[in-house]
Amino acid sequence: MEQRIFNIGSSVEKAVMWLTEHFGPVFDVIKDNGNGLIEGFENLLLFFPFYVVIALLIAVAWYKGGKGVAFMTGAGLLFIYGMGFWTETMQTLALVLISTIVALIIAVPLGILSAKYRNLERWIRPMLDLMQTMPAFVYLIPAVLFFSIGKLPGAFATIIFAMPPAVRLTSLGIKEVSPEVVEAAKSFGATPMQVLLKVELPLAKNSLLAGVNQTIMMSLSMVVIAGMIAAGGLGEKVLEGINNLDIGLGFESGLSVVILAIILDRITQSFGATKKK
Amino acid sequence: MPESNIKIEVKDLNLIFGKNKKEALSLLANGETKSKILQKTGATVGVNNASLEIYEGEIFVIMGLSGSGKSSLLRCLNLLNNPTSGDIIFHGRSISKMNQNELREVRRTGMSMVFQKFGLLPHRTVADNIAFGLELQGVNKEERLDKAHKSIENVGLQGFENKLPSELSGGMQQRVGLARALANDPEILLMDEAFSALDPLIKAEMQNELLDLQEKLKKTIVFITHDLDEAIKLGDRIAIMKDGIIEQVGIAEEILTSPATPYVKAFVEKVDRKSVISAETLMFKNMEVAHIKKDGPQSIMRKMRQKGLSSLPVVNEKQEFIGFIRLRNVLKVTKDSSLNLSDFVETNVASVYSHFTVEEMLPLIADTHFSLAVVAEDSGKLLGIVTQTSLIIEATKYNSEEIELLQEEAQEI
Repeated sequence: MEQRIFNIGSSVEKAVMWLTEHFGPVFDVIKDNGNGLIEGFENLLLFFPFYVVIALLIAVAWYKGGKGVAFMTGAGLLFIYGMGFWTETMQTLALVLISTIVALIIAVPLGILSAKYRNLERWIRPMLDLMQTMPAFVYLIPAVLFFSIGKLPGAFATIIFAMPPAVRLTSLGIKEVSPEVVEAAKSFGATPMQVLLKVELPLAKNSLLAGVNQTIMMSLSMVVIAGMIAAGGLGEKVLEGINNLDIGLGFESGLSVVILAIILDRITQSFGATKKK
Repeated sequence: MPESNIKIEVKDLNLIFGKNKKEALSLLANGETKSKILQKTGATVGVNNASLEIYEGEIFVIMGLSGSGKSSLLRCLNLLNNPTSGDIIFHGRSISKMNQNELREVRRTGMSMVFQKFGLLPHRTVADNIAFGLELQGVNKEERLDKAHKSIENVGLQGFENKLPSELSGGMQQRVGLARALANDPEILLMDEAFSALDPLIKAEMQNELLDLQEKLKKTIVFITHDLDEAIKLGDRIAIMKDGIIEQVGIAEEILTSPATPYVKAFVEKVDRKSVISAETLMFKNMEVAHIKKDGPQSIMRKMRQKGLSSLPVVNEKQEFIGFIRLRNVLKVTKDSSLNLSDFVETNVASVYSHFTVEEMLPLIADTHFSLAVVAEDSGKLLGIVTQTSLIIEATKYNSEEIELLQEEAQEI
């Protein structure tokens, strides 16, 4: 290695170690509960026969997106079932959905705050840049140190990786609300909370939904990488394919990821479009 | 005009945008101009020491070009802009010293605002937009839709209740904006260039409807515009602003006939005065008058000769206007004592009230040689006369010499 002038790596390492030493019990509690939540959701999806889950998803797709999306959802899921990846797909779906929900719970308020407070935004933006561009694998290291291997560290890494677009798009959506409409609401005596709930969030809806969509897509890509730390699901199958140079397995499990991605993308996008009468 | 009740009072109000507010304020107190202060401190003066009294039930128009501070001043009234110094007194209380709850109460029930670009919620129907103010107050759905419906009828939006704003034309959207403000039944309507975004025909229509509505509702309205014609049409009183300073406050005619500053003068020169200038302004008050009972033909003739007039207005003993008498008829009476002066008074002539405008008086001089007599509306007493020449001067903007020149040229032809 070339000669170093300073050593950031060791500081980060020390910080992570300090956290694991002093907050070990906290991480354990998070890990146990989190794992329980993810597995519970997984078990729920797998408790029903596959056709019930497919029918349910088709219903949602039909209601929001219409015939085309419903047909694609049904065909895609049956295809996955046919290839024999149903269990893995449901595991992945559970992890994606839980990660997305947690990411949104953190990201949406953060996006709202950063739209309202310039100073906060100045701090948040470089953080988001870092979170988005840092090679995704790097997150796996602290995840494993904090929570060892398994589903929860997978979710942890996924949440960090998938959060930035939701923060950015929420912030953008709120900033794009016409100032005159906000002023009008204020002039009629709206409280700041009323302005947020009755004006800003409804008007930022499309941008918010684009954020949800992006978060789901990012989660899905990260969940596959999280297969490396035994997060299970399709990611593990892809990894198995790579490790054994099994082109067939790699292709089929990869294809399942693609199909799941397309279905989730179309369904969430259809929430944004105004419903046709 | 009920001038007695002051609805809202603005006292020594200054509004400064940007940093260095204190420094800018002290420079302002020393009489520095807006541009100097911007140069020295980087702060923008929005409103410069404005004081106003707005009376109950009047339409008060604040007019000025863009950057004059008129909208900034309006936004101080409901504290969308926080004044840097000075007071706004509403119901005996200073609005700028209220806490958030009290301020919200004023905004909810005291004054409602109508915006230039409408400021409607695009995801809500017309009815829900109109009920928005009531919704913020926590009025239950049934009651607020009921009140919204009354407001919808007031502005003529029946049948559009379930449309979205984007499905309406500009004029209709601004009706929604107006109905939304009226639904709260506020004491004061703040209208910020409410009709400026509309095309001319719709604009005129909306102005007329606002005037009709005002007849019925008798609100206090503060109306902002950059259009002097609109200000004259709507305003009971008008304030003219420039660079954050209120240059003049008065009724339209005062502003047109006695502009307080060169700026106002330059501004009002472009206006069509015909519909504003009234008989009151144009009439001669100290004219010679023939008293039918008191004056004999000799004294009437002397009055005419002295002033070089060919006719005189005639009044009875109660000073009521009767008609005009011509010099040649007076001469006839002086020569033939059997004739009665009162038989020669021409009574079939036009007389006007003092509020008649030039536009209304011009058609009256087409078929007569006489001046127009201005009489009091209640008593019929003669107040003054408006000569044909002064009407023509007012209408054509030629001065009397130019008119004489034109007449000479015309005779040569």
